[in-house]
Amino acid sequence: MAVLTKELKKDLLKTIIKIRRFEEKTIQLYQIAKIWGYLHPYIGEEAIAAGACAAISKSDYIISTHRGHGHSIAKGADLNRMMAELLGKATGYCKGRGGSMHIADTELGMLGANGIVGGGIPISVGAGFSCKMEGKGRVAVCFFSDGATNNGVFHEALNMAAIFSLPVIYLCENNMYAISMCSDDAIACRDVAKRSAAYDIPGVIVDGTDPEAVYNIVSKAVQRARSGKGPSLIEAKTYRFGGHHPNDPAEYRDKSEAEYYKKEKDPVVNYKAKLLEEKVISPEEIDGYEKEIIQMVEQSVKFAEESPEPSLEQFLEEVRSI
Amino acid sequence: MREIEYREAIREAIIEEMNRDSKIFLIGEDIGKYGGAFRAYKGLLDMYGPERVINTPISEATIVGAGIGAAVTGYRPVSELMFIDFTTLAMDQIVNQAAKIRYMTGDNLRCPLVIRTQGGAGRGVAAQHSQSLEAWFYHVPGLKVVMPSTPYDVKGLLKTSIRDDNVVIFIEHKMIYLNKGVVPEEEYTIPFGVADIKREGSDVTIFTYSNMVFKSLEAAKELESEGISCEIIDPRTLVPLDEEALLNSVKKTNHLVIVTEACERGSVASDISAKVTSKAFDLLDAPVKIVAGLNTPIPYNSTLEQASIPHKADIVKAVKEVLGK
Repeated sequence: MAVLTKELKKDLLKTIIKIRRFEEKTIQLYQIAKIWGYLHPYIGEEAIAAGACAAISKSDYIISTHRGHGHSIAKGADLNRMMAELLGKATGYCKGRGGSMHIADTELGMLGANGIVGGGIPISVGAGFSCKMEGKGRVAVCFFSDGATNNGVFHEALNMAAIFSLPVIYLCENNMYAISMCSDDAIACRDVAKRSAAYDIPGVIVDGTDPEAVYNIVSKAVQRARSGKGPSLIEAKTYRFGGHHPNDPAEYRDKSEAEYYKKEKDPVVNYKAKLLEEKVISPEEIDGYEKEIIQMVEQSVKFAEESPEPSLEQFLEEVRSI
Repeated sequence: MREIEYREAIREAIIEEMNRDSKIFLIGEDIGKYGGAFRAYKGLLDMYGPERVINTPISEATIVGAGIGAAVTGYRPVSELMFIDFTTLAMDQIVNQAAKIRYMTGDNLRCPLVIRTQGGAGRGVAAQHSQSLEAWFYHVPGLKVVMPSTPYDVKGLLKTSIRDDNVVIFIEHKMIYLNKGVVPEEEYTIPFGVADIKREGSDVTIFTYSNMVFKSLEAAKELESEGISCEIIDPRTLVPLDEEALLNSVKKTNHLVIVTEACERGSVASDISAKVTSKAFDLLDAPVKIVAGLNTPIPYNSTLEQASIPHKADIVKAVKEVLGK
């Protein structure tokens, strides 16, 4: 079992802050229409991507969702290329063709964010087969939401991953809402983790606002997967701080509920406090992180703004070859 | 030259490719000991083992999704959907995922995936096992659509499909698995987008594919005895489409009949008719005629089923009409 070293803890904090500041910036840019289309911020859920991606290596795969910026960042994506993609520029991860919901990169083992809820889950089975056939101990972490678990493909895929003992970690980010539908009203057994019983695989619940807890539980599942014992289902309980997207005021949920989570369960605030209390980090170091990250985010905006638009001629040329 | 069955030609293509490239694997329902619903994979489990011949539960979306996930991570899967009617269960994976993934990610993810399936009526298996749904896939940018009619074509095109770096919808016809045809022993492949002239002629062009090639050949034979010479163009791949071969033939015959088993509304046939009409109106001496299936769910009763798809007599009649005879 991997040990949570001081360095690792600091890295977790850095990743969480990086995701938060990046997302805050994307919301600003969305509000002034520099980013258009759909934007689904990951604010409040940062600890899951940070913890999970710290528990795997660069060569492992991740499969992401429509709320996927955090997964890309935690897997090591370049903020410049991410921001360029969000601004639809030629230098973006997808050359401006994908936008927020479709960032992917083979180098990072990032097999794609996805505009279809649950759409990535069957793909994870293929990544799992690939890892197993290759025989080098590689694993895949498949992120999805509580909403996706009510889609038929969730059941198809987990069943298939289980019967073939595929090295896939199914990581449900239960942020309590599928747009406006509360998961308590949508999931018959309430806890997604309980659904693991149907596939005879481990199913565990973890506090998705605690990066160390996520790291530990995912590490265990990774170890199981690497040793050929097959998939696991992890349900990380979390909360979507904002609405479904920046223009959604989330009037369907109780204000006090959101206030509670923002006050008590903010992963950025809580993890900073924890590391300060443990004396893993000093307030000065945290300030340093913040400054460095804010600068990186600003730099990504500058890079994106200065980047060229995709070429229309090239687009029309490519269309003929599709 | 030796003659083998269509399904044997499929099996040969698969064996040759799997022997050539260890990254190729098969995944689908009842493809293990059962050897596939049409026995095209007979014996392959014993030859390649369960790691490369993956026999799955009834989970169509995941059969395709698993193909995508493996394809984008360096493998070359052949996902099998037992009936084209079952693609409905996998449509998100085919249309929103597979068809989009390479383009949408700016070439970041390549998806060399073949989705093998079969369609068509004639076996009394009614409305949910007899459809001709090629137009759905023809319509979606990002998919190649292959519909081979002969054992020679199916072998050469399946090999090309497996080697292609993109998503290929490979549609066979359930009534032709036992058809025999010449297939050379030596290795060969057939490029996409190259039509085959199944019969040369001078009076009328019949553009047709899959099982309707054979009904058109029968019609051409009958018409020949009446002094009408038909040229039969089999595009073999609908996407990409060999428009040049079609237009060249029309240039020669000045008459076009398109024959398809699918119902006409929103069909590949009506699209091709529109293409020829807009690009080569001056070449046509008469309006293009389409011979298509009826606009109906395929019935079970044999008489009704046969009445719902084109036959030799329908093609003969259409050819005469287009020639004003």
